[in-house]
Amino acid sequence: MMATVLTDLGEFTVTTGAGDGLWLTPDQAAAATGWSLRPEGLCRGDVCVPVPKGREAAFVADDRVNLAAFWAHLGMPAAHSGDGDVWVLGEAADDRAASLRSLEAPDFTLPDLHGTAHSLSDYRGKKVLLATWASW
Amino acid sequence: MSVWQKLYDELQDRNFIIIAVAMDSRADAARPWIEAAAPSYPALIDRDHRLAELYNMVNVPQAVWIDEGGRIVRPAENAGAYEAFRSLDRKTMTVPEDKMATAAQAKATYVNAVRDWALLGPASSHVFAADQARAQTVTPNAEISQAHCHFRLGQFLLRQDRAAEGREHLAEAARLHPTSWNIWRQGAEPNETGLAAGPEFWQRVDALGDDYYYPPVDMAGMPT
Repeated sequence: MMATVLTDLGEFTVTTGAGDGLWLTPDQAAAATGWSLRPEGLCRGDVCVPVPKGREAAFVADDRVNLAAFWAHLGMPAAHSGDGDVWVLGEAADDRAASLRSLEAPDFTLPDLHGTAHSLSDYRGKKVLLATWASW
Repeated sequence: MSVWQKLYDELQDRNFIIIAVAMDSRADAARPWIEAAAPSYPALIDRDHRLAELYNMVNVPQAVWIDEGGRIVRPAENAGAYEAFRSLDRKTMTVPEDKMATAAQAKATYVNAVRDWALLGPASSHVFAADQARAQTVTPNAEISQAHCHFRLGQFLLRQDRAAEGREHLAEAARLHPTSWNIWRQGAEPNETGLAAGPEFWQRVDALGDDYYYPPVDMAGMPT
């Protein structure tokens, strides 16, 4: 079925495999999350998570990888719609915390009223006052 | 926003920019405000509150100071707001004058500090050294990160007209991250003036007791 996956990298429309969980092709998984399926497991950067022994079928099957199972295995935050057609895969709180403690300002891209996208990194070289407000 | 525009007019030649981000999920809620202010600095819309997730923000106005190299020199903090509204007389709907004066002082102190930083850069006394900035950084826990997943999912479902399910996820987000006013107020029904300031809001404010709604920041001259 068609599903939407929301991650730090954006919003992705994917076709999922059958069954519970979020079964994506390795290419879809890599595009949406940055995690790639390799012989040693699911890897991002220099981190590799082996497929748990004895539970392989819940993680990798029919040339697809179950990102929901990996996310749960890693204790990373996720939420999905009742129909399983919308998934949010978040980053671990510890990783967010480490990122903030590094003091390197997390980049983001957001639109203005005209729909023009602005990234924080567009303004590198200037002092930036990043200020929030709301209408509510 | 007019305060920011004035400051930006004054300092835009000093390698300084303001990026204003509206934490607004409802389509076009921020538009009239931005059009009225007509800012010459970027005014962005963050319907999914991604910034709150990335910078662990819990209320507005909060701000982060980021230097020319992309490094945080003041982490997310209350940007000069003072909780004068906590002293609102709910019968006459007035705030005592001394509280209004303190609020103006807090705002001016914050704006002056931003100006000092824009002019002096790292030599400004308001810039935190790295270890100090780290110590001032409030980091998210697992519940907060989970809350942001539900919030983002809830907003996506609302945009798809799946209102009942969407609201369930917003409620779950508020339950998991009860100290986020951003999450709760965005999910709350607005009153006739568009503000999430109905009886439930005041109940939550009252429940703060001696806790702050706008925590005072570590900044010389800032009233507490």
